[in-house]
This record gives sequence, structure tokens and C-alpha cells, in this order.
Amino acid sequence: MALYTLGAGHVAAGIKSREFSAEEYVCQLLERIEKVEPKVNAFVTVSKEALERARAIDKMIRDGEQTGPLAGVAVSIKDNICTKGIRTTCASKMLELYVPPYDATVVKRLQDAGAIVIGKANLDEFAMGSTTEFSRHGTTRNPWDISRVPGGSSGGSAASVAALECTISLGSDTGGSVRCPASFCSAVGLKPTYGLISRYGLVSYANSLEQIGPVGRTVSDVVSALNAIAGTDENDHTTAGGKPAYSLQERKGLRVGLVKEFIEGADLAVAKVINKAVDTLAGQGCRCEEASLASVQYALPSYYTIATAEASSNLARYDNVRYGFDLSPEGYEWNSYFAKARSNFGEEVKRRIIVGSYVLSSGYYGKYYLKAQQVRSLLKRELKALFKKYDVLIGPTMPILPFKIGEKVDNPLKMYLVDIDTVVANLAGMPAMSVPAGFADGLPVGLQIMADEFQEQTMLVAAHLFEQAAKMQRSPEL
Amino acid sequence: MESKMGLEIHCQLTGAKSKLFCRCSCDYRGKAPNANTCPTCSGLPGTLPLLNQKAVEFAGMISLALGCKVPDEIAFYRKNYFYPDLPKNFQLTQYNAYGITSIGFEGKLEYGDGKSARIRRVQLEEDPGRLVYEGGSMETSVYALIDYNRAGVPLVEIVTEPDFTDPKDVRMFLDKITSIIEHLGVCDTKLEGSVRCDANVSVGGGNRAEIKNVSSFADVEKAVRYEITRQRTMASRDIEVRSETRHWDDARKVTKESRTKEEEQDYRYFPEPDIPVVVLGSEFVSSIRQSMPELPDARKDRFVSKYGLSAHVAQVLIDNKELADFFESAIKIYSSPKEIANWIVTDLMSFVDERQKEQVRSLFAGLKIGPEHIADLAKLVDHDTINRATAKQILSQIVRTGEMPSHVARKTQAGKIDDAGALAQAIESVFKAEQAAVQDAKHNPNAANFLLGKVMQLTKGRADPKTALEMIQKKLMED
Repeated sequence: MALYTLGAGHVAAGIKSREFSAEEYVCQLLERIEKVEPKVNAFVTVSKEALERARAIDKMIRDGEQTGPLAGVAVSIKDNICTKGIRTTCASKMLELYVPPYDATVVKRLQDAGAIVIGKANLDEFAMGSTTEFSRHGTTRNPWDISRVPGGSSGGSAASVAALECTISLGSDTGGSVRCPASFCSAVGLKPTYGLISRYGLVSYANSLEQIGPVGRTVSDVVSALNAIAGTDENDHTTAGGKPAYSLQERKGLRVGLVKEFIEGADLAVAKVINKAVDTLAGQGCRCEEASLASVQYALPSYYTIATAEASSNLARYDNVRYGFDLSPEGYEWNSYFAKARSNFGEEVKRRIIVGSYVLSSGYYGKYYLKAQQVRSLLKRELKALFKKYDVLIGPTMPILPFKIGEKVDNPLKMYLVDIDTVVANLAGMPAMSVPAGFADGLPVGLQIMADEFQEQTMLVAAHLFEQAAKMQRSPEL
Repeated sequence: MESKMGLEIHCQLTGAKSKLFCRCSCDYRGKAPNANTCPTCSGLPGTLPLLNQKAVEFAGMISLALGCKVPDEIAFYRKNYFYPDLPKNFQLTQYNAYGITSIGFEGKLEYGDGKSARIRRVQLEEDPGRLVYEGGSMETSVYALIDYNRAGVPLVEIVTEPDFTDPKDVRMFLDKITSIIEHLGVCDTKLEGSVRCDANVSVGGGNRAEIKNVSSFADVEKAVRYEITRQRTMASRDIEVRSETRHWDDARKVTKESRTKEEEQDYRYFPEPDIPVVVLGSEFVSSIRQSMPELPDARKDRFVSKYGLSAHVAQVLIDNKELADFFESAIKIYSSPKEIANWIVTDLMSFVDERQKEQVRSLFAGLKIGPEHIADLAKLVDHDTINRATAKQILSQIVRTGEMPSHVARKTQAGKIDDAGALAQAIESVFKAEQAAVQDAKHNPNAANFLLGKVMQLTKGRADPKTALEMIQKKLMED
């Protein structure tokens, strides 16, 4: 039996009942990684301690010790989430040699639940991108068609899950970075309500927008990960109180709103799959209607204004003084050293730092940043009103199919446009997820489901209902 | 030509114990470089600021003590600029340009005799790290070392309106501020670098210069005085004063043009996303007001009404918390407030070593004296055990020896040989033993002192030196 195909629940149960050992399972995964990585390139670093951890879990079980709900489950962690002792590069030259002295809260919580970090997943540099092409570690390729992008910026996370290189992954989602690659790789990816999951240890790109989110092959796996990591954290003032527990319950008669603007902006091939998904939901007793989100037209400019502004400040600390990469300061005055060191950011990161510095500069703050914040409030108000009428809002996660590597990389504006459907949830701080909806021309299409703040349970009910009815194929041939 | 001055005072909240956004200690002094740091205050990727509640309370106390309004909500802003002592290359501070977010605003502080200065704002922010120049200064070093031990220490910035016209007032105002923060217990001003001050100076409505790098409050007065003279001289020669930042040269006691020309910086302020707006709530002001220690003005009033001190004496005492505390400790031991206050203000103060006072920032540094000594002294005078002149003499002795006044008095009084016969006998035997000196003493007054010394030696110091000397001189004449 190929253990690496199993879901998180089966893995933990199998290891606990000693049907198979964590060591066997991890060994299979490491072999799988070795086999498919040359094609997929989902990992920046494969953990050297994973096997050791697996053996420790096995020993705990042999000794009759209590193990967590994710006992032995292998997870990949996006390489912008800090892992103590494992280098965390953000796919950037700037952090090439950086080994964090602490674990992110989410990593600690996963490990407390018994999970094993199997490696660090590839991403666009500092999570800035929608394709994983902007990685110093090279492009991750879509497991369904390795000539195409896996989406981004958590491309490594979604690809590693889809390519059966791990069971669950954690990504981060600032403007769609978990949902976009989940959609392109036919995986389930969830961005929670702002404040549900601690960001302590997530290398900031745009603090007010981003959340860490799980990626899995099933809604069930995503729920397992979410239950392990969600909840208040004393190390992050922006987390909400409480510790939620989600389940795969059933609910009849969900009120579903199909966001008209999202469908209208989508490619025909994508729209077809989504319309079929609506039929599937209706077939399950959901009441589906068309809904309109008029201010969506302001979403993208607002998103890129806020994200770049925050990024320009967040990334200021990378001056190579305290950590970073090998560059001797000999012969530099500090200003020129900073300039020299910081010239090592990639093109896309530089672009966003420059744009962000511009929108924050004196005289422009009110014109851009404040205005963008007003759009956030507007969007939020409009969505709140819609959620009085609907339990969930749906639409395509991505307006287009996974495209060819290199196709948009030289045209930043075109690239930014693909985030149109996903940035809304980040701006409003509301939860959203992508579930596999089907295929067009053999390429995955994701269904995006959004819900009101802290209504993850409702969103998961809808996702599970759809997943059960749609019965999608999960893994590509590699 | 009228001069106008405004101040920016930085005060570390050393009493808050931990840094503003992490759990590291505020007590960074004397620690090994970069030992007092954690991932957060060294700006490691992925760390988030955790606001120190105590620091907010302390900053609230300072605001109230300076007559400021405290808003219902406060927020933090990022001030973005590159400098190697800033671990994140931005400083977390407060900013009022897009609405009030600082802990205090629109205050007013009275000082001196009926003078006052308006306080523009009181804001809470983080201290940067420290650059250490191995060669002594930026000019003479080929490299700098960075110590982040100080990075993140809570700092309160007090900004005044340009309400000062006389450098003397600046000094008085700073004394008052020092006394207030000492009384609040929020800052140990004796620690090196715990209070700093920048000053803005303009003359005759011209451009203003900002003077930085003044490391002691005592020098601020000198710095602004120098700057006013400089600007007046320029104006009298029709040279325009530039709007610029100048540095105080501590060694030469002049202000100097900054070597590196600081252009008008754009700090790209924006609200810190990682710290949600802090809602202080309606209880905040009333609860900190309740927990606030007695302020200098109230203490002065109490000294006057309860202890009957004159307004002047009370003012001198409260101007320096150390002095006021000294006074209150002394009257607890022996309750004679006026007598004790006078001893402290007129006599004890004359022994204060000004140099030591500046260096160690303690009035009584180097003096071996405590409240118990002054209490004891006052008691001796009150009970007529000794007269005032003797008491002064004893004080001058004990500030160096640390002996108790009553002990000194007993030694000299109780042990005194008042029997003239016994003293004469002692002198007689010294004259016999030291015949050469006796002959010498007939012409040389110094030799008489030598004989006195011998007499004192023989009587083990119990002779009254004055009487003994008289008797010696008389005997020399007789011989």
C-alpha cells in the first residue's frame, strides 16, 4: 500500500494502531520526494530530522504514551514560516543563510499535535507573486502539467500536497496565495478569518492582510490542520480569543450566493466548470442565487496599495547586518553597504518595495493608502450585507486556467489581474477557501467559497457537501 | 531680539522593567553586548511586537502629571528610516498628523515662579540600539559596532511648544520635569542616558536650529545660550540663519553644524498593523490617577502646610527628589522639620561636590552622610547639647568620616580634661622630654604646634587643644 496517498486521519490512525509505523510512512514519502522533486521542485529544503522525529513518534506509541491527533502526519511548511533549526529563506537571496532560533506558533502547534515537518515549501520570493516563478530556488511546476505554473505564492505547498510529497501543508495567504495554488493544483486550500491563526513566526509581507492557511487533498485534512493551529496566541496581539474546533457536520438548505462579477470576469472554460458546480450544490438542496458585489472593481488597486505599502516597511529590516547571506562589509560605508546588500532582492520584490514607498511618501498617504483603507471598509460593509442573505458566497477561485511558465512573468500588471477574485477576502478579513471543482482541458479549476467573519464552520460544511457530491480525482500521474 | 526655544525630552521608562514590545529587561547597562536581546527586539523575521501595558500606564502618568489630555484610544505608527542601530529599520512610535494617537496631548506645566510652558504631546516609542565607535567617535573610527541591548527600551518623548524665551527657564523647566519623573518612579534619572534633550532655537522669528546630542540636562542651558548668541551674531551681520540640525560638542561647549547633511527625511509614517488600536477605556485615566504617587507640587504644599517650611525651602527640597526623600527620612527619625530642613538646605548642600553630582547624578555621592546623621545633629542643637557653631564643625567632620554627631560630641566633650592641674602636668612632662623643641619654639610658632601634638598624644586626645595651646604658649613665655 502506498502510505503517502493516505489522508491525515488514516495516517494518524494507522500509526497509532501500529498498522504501519511513522518511520515506514516517512520513508515512503522521502522516496516519493526523491522521485518527483526533479519534476515538481516543490521543496526548498527537505528536513534532515523528519525520520528521527518519526522514530520518536513510533517509540512514544510503543511506550504507550499519549500522541496528538496528527501523530506522525508529515507536513510541508511554506518557507516563509519560521522553523527552529531549519533554514527559512523566503526563497530569497536575502535570507539564504537564515536559520531561525524559534518556531512559528503554527509549527509548534502542529508538532505538539504530533505532526512531522518534512520540509520547507517553495514560494515566490517573500510570498510576492501568483505563480512561484519569482523564487530564487527555481520555479515550482504544476504536478498536473509540469509546463505550467502551480499558482502562488504558496506554489510549493499546493504542489507538494498534490504530488503526494506530504499529507498536509501550511501556506500563507496575503491576496490569494493559498487559494490560488490550491485551485491550480486541484487541492483544498483555506484562508481563515483575519486573527484566527497566529502569525507569530510568519515572515511578514503585508501584515494587515495575511493569514497562514492549511492546504490538503481533502476538506477533512484541512479541518485536521486547522483544528491544530487555530486559536488565540499570546505572541500575536492580532489573534482573536478562543480556540475553535471544527467538524465535518452536515447542514441542509444552505443559502448560496454566486458572485456575478466573479463569473463574468472568468474565462469561459472556468465559468463552465463553476456553473456545473452550482448545479451540483443545487442538487444537494442548496438554494443558489446570483449575488452582486459591486465594489469589487476597487479591490485590486486597493489590495496592491496596502500590500506594497506594508511590504516596503516590513522588508526594510533586510540589510544583512544581523542575518542574511554572505557579503563582507569591508570597504563599505553603511549606506552603500545597505544599498549593495538590498540590491539582492528579486525584481518583483524590488518593484513592490518601490511602489509601496511611493504610496506612503508624504503627500501621497491620503491619496493612496487612506483611500485604499476606505475601500476595505466599503467592501467589508457590502459583504456583511450579503452574508445576511447568504450563508456562503461562491465563484471561481481563479478567473483563468493554470498558464504556461513564463507566460506572464514579464507583465506585472497582467499578473496582478489574476488575483481579482481572491484579494476580496483578504481586504475584508473574511474566510475563503478553494475546493477542486473539476477540470477544463485537463487542467484543474477551483471553486472559491467565502463566508462571514469567523464562520469557517459554515464554509467547511459547504465545502464538504460539495466535495462529497462532486467526487473529484485528487492526484495527477507523475 | 527675542529668542524662542522648544524642547524635545526623551525619558526612558526604566521603571517599566521590560522593553516596550518584548519581555527583555530594560536594565541593559553593563551587560555584554547584544546579550540583552531576543528575536523580537533584534528584529528577526516573523516576530511581532507585544505591547508592554506597564509602559502605557507610566506614559499615561507622565501625561497627566504634565497636564495633558489622554485620549480614549492610542495607536502606534511606524517611522521608517534606515540606520544601523534600528533592528527593523523603522521605529515604532506615535504620530498625530492623521488624528491624535499619542498617549498625551495639549498639556501645560507650571514651573519656577508662575511660569509655564505648553506641552504639545507626550508619546511612547522604542529606543534604538547603540553604535559603539572603537576609535572614540564617528570621525576617528574605521568601523562601528552595534549593540542592540538598548533596542526596544520604552521611551517617552515630551514635546513642548516653543514657549521658552530665557535659557534659565529651560533649566528650571528641565529640573521640574526631572523631579516629576523621579517622583512618579517611572525613570531612574541617575542612570546614564536615561534622560536626553534636544532643543529648538530661533531668534527674532528667523529659521530655527535643532540642537541634538546634548547628553546632560545641565548642558541644555549652555547649549541654547550658545546657540542664541550664535544666531544673534549672525543676524547682526545680516547673515541668514539656516534651518538645520546642529550637534552639541560636549568638549568645546559649542554647537556645530552636522557633518553629514541631513536632508528633509520622509519617514513614510503609517499605522503599525501588528498592534491593534489600544482602547484605554474610561477607567484608564481615573485608575492611573489613583495609583499615581504624590507629585512635586503637592509634596511642596504638604511640606509648607504640614511641616511649616517656608515656600523657598520646600521648593529647594522638592526640586530634587533625593533631597526631599532625605528630608522626610530624617524627620521620621527625629521630628524637627524646620531645623532639619535648614540643615539640609543651607549647610549640607554646601558640601555637595558639583562634579560628582553631574557624573554620578547623586547629590550625596562621595559624602558619608545619611538622614540619621542630620536628625542626630538637629537633636543635639535642639537640646542645647552643643551650640550651632560646634554643630557646623561636627558636620564638616562627619561628612567625610560618617561618624554619628552625638558620638563625636561625646568624645570631645565627655572625655575632656577640664582639670587644669592634670593638663599642666602633661605639658610639664612634654617640655622635659622635648627640650630642643622647646628652645626652638621660643622663636618658631610651628614648633609650638609640634609641642601641642605631643601633648595631645600624651593625653590621648582628651585635652582641649585650644586650652592646651594657650597653656603651652604661656609656659614658653615664662621659661
